[in-house]
Amino acid sequence: MTRGVDKTQETYVETTTSAGRSWRWLILLIPYIALLWLPFYNDAHPSFAGFPFFYWYQFLWVPLTSLLVYIVYRGIK
Amino acid sequence: MSDLNPVNPVSMSVFIAFFVLVTVIGFFAARWKRGDLTQLHEWGLGGRQFGTIISWFLVGGDFYTAYTVIAVPALVYSVGAYGFFALPYTIIVYPFVFAVMPKLWKVAHDKNHITAADYVHGEYGGKWFPAAVALTGIVATMPYIALQLVGMQVVIKGLGVSGEMPLIVAFVILALYTYASGLRAPAMIAFVKDIMIYIVVIAAVWLIPVKLGGYGHVFAAADAHFQAKGGATGILLKPSQYTAFASLALGSALAAFMYPHTMTAVLSSASAKTVRKNAIFLPAYTLLLGLIALLGYMAIAAGVNVKSASDVVPALFGTLFPAWFIGFAAAAIAISALVPAAIMSIGAANLFTRNLWRPLVAPNLSPQAEAANAKIVSLVVKFGALLFIVFLPTQYAIDLQLLGGVWILQIFPAVVFSLYTRRLNTPGLFIGWLVGIALGTGLAISQGLKPVYGLHVGHEDYPLYIGMIALAANIVVSFAVSALSPRRAAVTTA
Repeated sequence: MTRGVDKTQETYVETTTSAGRSWRWLILLIPYIALLWLPFYNDAHPSFAGFPFFYWYQFLWVPLTSLLVYIVYRGIK
Repeated sequence: MSDLNPVNPVSMSVFIAFFVLVTVIGFFAARWKRGDLTQLHEWGLGGRQFGTIISWFLVGGDFYTAYTVIAVPALVYSVGAYGFFALPYTIIVYPFVFAVMPKLWKVAHDKNHITAADYVHGEYGGKWFPAAVALTGIVATMPYIALQLVGMQVVIKGLGVSGEMPLIVAFVILALYTYASGLRAPAMIAFVKDIMIYIVVIAAVWLIPVKLGGYGHVFAAADAHFQAKGGATGILLKPSQYTAFASLALGSALAAFMYPHTMTAVLSSASAKTVRKNAIFLPAYTLLLGLIALLGYMAIAAGVNVKSASDVVPALFGTLFPAWFIGFAAAAIAISALVPAAIMSIGAANLFTRNLWRPLVAPNLSPQAEAANAKIVSLVVKFGALLFIVFLPTQYAIDLQLLGGVWILQIFPAVVFSLYTRRLNTPGLFIGWLVGIALGTGLAISQGLKPVYGLHVGHEDYPLYIGMIALAANIVVSFAVSALSPRRAAVTTA
């Protein structure tokens, strides 16, 4: 993995075990799947506080994404 | 013009008061966190010392521009759910920022790079490909600056003042304090701008639905409006819009931090950890953007009828709010134009000086001369944008900004992939870039400068963001050509 990479990438590897590294970084892909696959959320129901599902689902993914990024951040610290 | 409101003295006074305030701040900023402003990394990157909070305001103020505040609700007002691609776009951009930008920050910090083209030069050497990367950034940014002016023009018009004079005055002031203070000016003004925008948007999304009978009613009114309007509109997407919506969101997210202004804001952070922390906290601005987008529906529910969709936000505020708040909101949006316009001109000036002027024209430029050169270029860039808006139709700037998005995405392989692989080399990346630019431009022109192209797969037609189609071709060509030519050697000199 680290063949030919510069110092920057080596420090990355040093701070984490390679097993922990691989699954934690995959967490970052979850928002892409959740938001780019439209059949998941292009619907009016269930609505919440007057918001059709399409809208509150997207809004909900804002704090969820922050949380997921935070989880990865904690993991690599 | 006949559709102008009469000038309200209260709105106007509030507007001018806030404008004067940020002007004072802009000039004062030169003394803040004092550094030697004759050095390019001090003038153009604020000395690379901005901590988490300053960076949060700076990137937020830079990335969520005045044009966004005007254009996103305008699109939602016109077509509905499709305009909401801005929300997934500004969510999925942050996992990317978190994973990639700290690596880039670290290399840039270690080798004193201040632009993306500096990084490409550091990795691959040569001068022509870094120059191409720099040129892409400059060309993509110019119309973006022009559109900030459009945003400002819309709110000034909303206050009842027509003509170009206020715009020219605002921009001359902006140009002068950017010249004097560099990145410190927009960084300080960003505090004022962001707090004002938060106040405006929270007040608006709190008070407007109360006046209009709740969010349920706002969405119902929008639904009824689009059903009557027909076509590819509605408060939900048509299945035929899925691929366009998703590819626009993804393509915009990948392009977002390739722009010189966002790159500049990231590289001015004090550490890689600052960048990572900000990837966690910046989504707060995305909530704000989502709420701003909803203003488009609120305008429909409030029965706002405008000839040009971009007038929808000022018109909505003008209908529902008292005079002092209209002035405050207009100032918030106008100041939202100043912050990104300043950073964009600094980013473009850094690119021009570092990656075009010095390597191609004046190789023996001293550090002082380099910074002086960048300051002058920042002026030229801003006046270029101003002339563009004053003398050419606004539609040109909108079309060019769209093309700019397609173009800037073509530096993605050189900037991002180079952090992870050594399989790429200059011939591969250069030819890939060329193919991406040519294909993207050609497809966009063939579609009458629309961002999506219907790709035939089997018997189905999948509309996709042109930038992504061009990027895919670029990536394939970059790797293929690189595989056929010698591997890059490690570049020892930065």
